[in-house]
Amino acid sequence: MNLKTLGTLAGALALSLTAGGASAQQQKLKIGFIYVGPVGDHGWSYQHDVGRQAIVKAFGDKVETTFVESVPEADSERAIEQLARTGHGLIFTTSFGFMEPTLKVARKYPNVKFEHATGYKRAPNLATYAARFHEGRYITGKIAARMSKTGTIGYVGAFPIPEVVAGINAYMLGAQSENPNIKMKIVYANTWFDPAKEGDAAKALLDQGVDVLAQHTDSPAPIQQAEARGRLGFGQASDMERFAPKAQLTAIIDDWSKYYVERTKAVLDGTWKSGDVWGGLDSGMVVMAPYKNMPDDVKKLAEDTEAAIRTGKLNPFKCPVVKQDGSTVECKGNGALSDEQVLGMNFYVKGIDDKLPQ
Amino acid sequence: MTFFEAVLLTVITASTPLLIAALGELVTERSGVLNLGVEGMMAMGAACSFAAAVTFDSTLAGVLCGMLAGALMAALFALAVLGFAANQVGSGLALTIFGLGLSGLVGAPFVGSRRDPVAPLHIPGLSDLPVVGRILFSQDAFVYLSFALTVAIALFLVRSRAGLTLRSVGENHASAHALGLPVLKTRLAAILFGGACAGLAGAYLALVYTRFWSPGMTAGRGWIALALVVFAAWRPGWVLVGAYIFGAATVLQLHAQALQLGIPSQALSAVPYVATILALLLLSIRHGRAVGAPGSLGLPFVPDR
Repeated sequence: MNLKTLGTLAGALALSLTAGGASAQQQKLKIGFIYVGPVGDHGWSYQHDVGRQAIVKAFGDKVETTFVESVPEADSERAIEQLARTGHGLIFTTSFGFMEPTLKVARKYPNVKFEHATGYKRAPNLATYAARFHEGRYITGKIAARMSKTGTIGYVGAFPIPEVVAGINAYMLGAQSENPNIKMKIVYANTWFDPAKEGDAAKALLDQGVDVLAQHTDSPAPIQQAEARGRLGFGQASDMERFAPKAQLTAIIDDWSKYYVERTKAVLDGTWKSGDVWGGLDSGMVVMAPYKNMPDDVKKLAEDTEAAIRTGKLNPFKCPVVKQDGSTVECKGNGALSDEQVLGMNFYVKGIDDKLPQ
Repeated sequence: MTFFEAVLLTVITASTPLLIAALGELVTERSGVLNLGVEGMMAMGAACSFAAAVTFDSTLAGVLCGMLAGALMAALFALAVLGFAANQVGSGLALTIFGLGLSGLVGAPFVGSRRDPVAPLHIPGLSDLPVVGRILFSQDAFVYLSFALTVAIALFLVRSRAGLTLRSVGENHASAHALGLPVLKTRLAAILFGGACAGLAGAYLALVYTRFWSPGMTAGRGWIALALVVFAAWRPGWVLVGAYIFGAATVLQLHAQALQLGIPSQALSAVPYVATILALLLLSIRHGRAVGAPGSLGLPFVPDR
């Protein structure tokens, strides 16, 4: 109730300032961020906050940033609207589940610019952006196949959604390109963030003979288990080396800083337009942490693969891609699966024994 | 280490924090006070224990600080519900929200720090026995403590005079007061004990289970502890059984996925909760009604009334 009143007041204040005209021009640009997890998750939300800090560093006094962390997806509309109402000119919402609420609020506030991560619904004042994490997954798959002694690699997933499934497939395709007989075990934690449970999922995989572990959940708990057992793994979203100095082979880092600074500049210059950006290794949105704990030839392989993907010579989903049932996926892209096919991926590739939970 | 041993070890780790927190809440509830703030006290316990353990480089300091933090949070709750006879449900919920927020603040400087694993106890002779030695006699101190606590609380409630006082206060505070029993003091002690246990459970989570601090890392375990008390019909022995059923179900569903049994992971994730509801049903069918709830549970007590 109090917050609501405060919001209305601030909204009225913002309105009167806009009505003031010239004075509004010199106003600081207020930029808001909505995070799905805590800033201290060492992973996904943490990296978005690094991007926020990059904006502050780049524009200093010209901007003012606000963030709201641990916003439940189901209840995010209030938080987003609160930011829109309190005079924020640019709002980043950083989880797939914020898609509908962001769209709803964007329609209500046509003068506020919105940026939604990993979604696909756009509006004149709502842009979307995401990173091609699967490019990094392919590299880690190659490393995993070369480093695994048991021939069984593992994957801790959050939920069986396309974003995660595409990562699993890219990882497996990378691994198969080095060892066609590689086996993979997959466990879904059914949560993005529950360090204890993510750790348990990792333990289950390690107990069942997995010796190289990949993860698509947000905390460093899985790779930390790999470290404790003297096995190997990959960091997720952020460089997790300090949690697993002996286990981390590399990490797939999301680097939003460049994009966030560009988009802020566009708003300040008045050149902001809605659109969709899906950046990969080439744009620097996906960055590989230093390759460590591996012999030189594997390191060279990883670096070469990274370079090939960056220059466009290699696409992790180059055709033909064969499904589990042996059927070939229709090739809708240019010699590879199209972006839509990757974004909506709902099948496992051949070689994965597990069934995809539907 | 065989596969069976490995699974069992994981189950023990998953169950211990639930057991410790639920035992604390059980004592609080047996005194007639419903404290829904377990999650918040646990989060504070985790944050403070980790902060202290890193600062002083001592697990023991961490554990003590975690328990102290839990007890302090509980003292706040006691001030509201005993001092001002405030609504217990509301105060408990507020305590959870407050604890989750405050723990984020306390833990903020320690985000990104890590601790080495707590060494398991080694009992010469016993720990070297095959299978049994590794499972029964090579756990960390918390695990033994949780079992000892179960037995101690059971004995305390049934066999001691203080336990009898606690139970009478919980069953009917008016009669207990008329008999001259110190209702508020007893409840204060029970609330503080519950808080210390929640803090200890949080410490276990941060220092043994995950070995780092991250805001919100309790991830609902405080609520599960609350449910376990009801599941156990307010009996310590059943809390132990419930905590291990829950821990086992959580861990086994992960193993079932890795074994590629082809069961949807969403369904498997629901297993622990379904197991809890089933157990509750069976229990009330056996007894014909909701059993064991202390008579004055959740009711405020004002001596003059």
